[in-house]
Amino acid sequence: MLEINKVNAKTWSRMGSRATYGQAILALAEVDKEFLVLSADLGSSSGLSRFETAFPERFLNVGIAEQNMIGIASGLAKEGFTVFASSFAPFISMRASEQIRMNLGYMDLNVKAVAIGSGVSMAFLGNSHYGIEDASIMRSIPNLTVVSPADCAEIIKVIHAAAKFDGPMYIRLTGAVNNPPVYFEDYEFEIGKAIKLKQGSDVSIIACGTMVYESLEASKILELNGISTSVINMHTLKPLDTKTIDECLDSTKLIVTVEEQTIIGGLGSAVAEYKSAFKNVPPQYIIGLPDIFGVTAEYRFLLEKYRLVGDKIAIDIQKFLQKKSK
Amino acid sequence: MTNVDIKKIEEISHAMRRKIIDVSFSCGASAHIGGGLSMVDLLATLYGSILNFKVTDPRWVKRDRFILSKGHGILGLISALRVTGVISEEVFNTFQSNESHLIAHPIMNLDLGIESSNGSLGHGLSLGIGLAIAAKKLSKSHHIFVLLGDGECNEGSIWESVMAASQFKLDNLTVIIDKNGYQNEAKKSKNIISRGSNKSNWESFGWETYNIDGHDIKEIYDAYTIKRFDFKPKAIIAKTVKGKGISFMENNNDWHHNRLTQVKYDLAIKELNCKDS
Repeated sequence: MLEINKVNAKTWSRMGSRATYGQAILALAEVDKEFLVLSADLGSSSGLSRFETAFPERFLNVGIAEQNMIGIASGLAKEGFTVFASSFAPFISMRASEQIRMNLGYMDLNVKAVAIGSGVSMAFLGNSHYGIEDASIMRSIPNLTVVSPADCAEIIKVIHAAAKFDGPMYIRLTGAVNNPPVYFEDYEFEIGKAIKLKQGSDVSIIACGTMVYESLEASKILELNGISTSVINMHTLKPLDTKTIDECLDSTKLIVTVEEQTIIGGLGSAVAEYKSAFKNVPPQYIIGLPDIFGVTAEYRFLLEKYRLVGDKIAIDIQKFLQKKSK
Repeated sequence: MTNVDIKKIEEISHAMRRKIIDVSFSCGASAHIGGGLSMVDLLATLYGSILNFKVTDPRWVKRDRFILSKGHGILGLISALRVTGVISEEVFNTFQSNESHLIAHPIMNLDLGIESSNGSLGHGLSLGIGLAIAAKKLSKSHHIFVLLGDGECNEGSIWESVMAASQFKLDNLTVIIDKNGYQNEAKKSKNIISRGSNKSNWESFGWETYNIDGHDIKEIYDAYTIKRFDFKPKAIIAKTVKGKGISFMENNNDWHHNRLTQVKYDLAIKELNCKDS
């Protein structure tokens, strides 16, 4: 596997999430001879050009036809192949939604649907290309495992784990180029097992995707203001690591979820669904994209606008705490 | 194909129709009878003389794959599986009972000879393409058959796959279109959007295409076995009669999804018995 170290972490960060996906696939292909890769006219946009050149017999471009891509991927999976199929988040999760439901869900076929450019990372391409609702929709389909890696290093971890994982997955890639790194050295990664990055005693921030980095930044500010903060990388949205949530409920007084996704149906909802069964547990503050088709702008501008950056997350958590104490 | 062979297939067809009527009545609920009956001769010929499969080992890896993309045609499929012996009488009679494996649409179950889950239209051909590409990649010689409805060809996803199959030169793939001229809402066949089952359209997409009478066993057999072009997928557009074999159901779309009363059941059985003698 590609080594996770400071140099590589910085290189992948510069390349961004999509190119790192292609890099991960290329590196994996050299040791794993089995899997196939499908694309719907977005091979180069998925960073797969080098893979296509190196392994032409393992790559298939099905044209601008996401529904057909998922069906074909599923037929291949039914005959024993592990298949990675990628497109932009809304096209793979919504245009081909029912193909994912029938084939990956209902028939439980071993396809890894990879959403590139999810969240609002597509910037000036606009809401047609944003992945706002994809995690909510995919999470509600039975049999699907839903994973959203925290940074480029974790994309590599996830792709390796996915190739070994027997079952359908939705892999949601957020972040663009200059995707801030969380990990600079190798670590244990297991699908379905959250990673506690920091232990605190006041607030637990549970985040996924790009929001893991921003939550770590927020936690530094909170600490300076005397608020002791846990940060959890909940890379797997489904199945949810409830054991880690239990630890947060037991050890802190507020649960905050942060995601680059609509606040309806994603990580925040998943955590709320779980904790709603318990009496006398800490309240939850759900941070994410608002329930709107918002403006189009540069990626960083949008994250600032929707207050999905470290300093603003910290301010909002503090405000929430003040409101709560009144 | 000799007259003896044709007779054998006709017997399978007849037994399948009988099974469809029996189980539609005994299940006590509405079932997709019309579109099940229209495809009987197509499947009787396929299962009776073409498809390579083992009754005792439905998971046999070298089996030909059959995908029922028009999932509501389940009565046609399970009657073929029953008559050929893949499904037992006991299992067959659980049709549309609580928690049965056999319901109004296929649920993937290789032990019962059901290759895929369907019901939502427009999915089966894409899956079939995946199976066909896999067979080629693995140098396997089995064939993939996908049965579509003519109404199903309204679905846009069908045309994504029609384009891809010829592009990928999938000559191990055969599509059969059960062109019974109706769909759910259409009281008259002229009301349906019908261009999707025109021969010229499939040909223009690069398919080796045949128009046949979907109730003429010889024509069906010939269409399955003929191969004129290498590197082309094949489409067999079979003109059929919805409700075929039961006169009061034929071309009567009330039987798209309907329940058999005792009176209607007796009438249908009487008609089938007449053909027995």
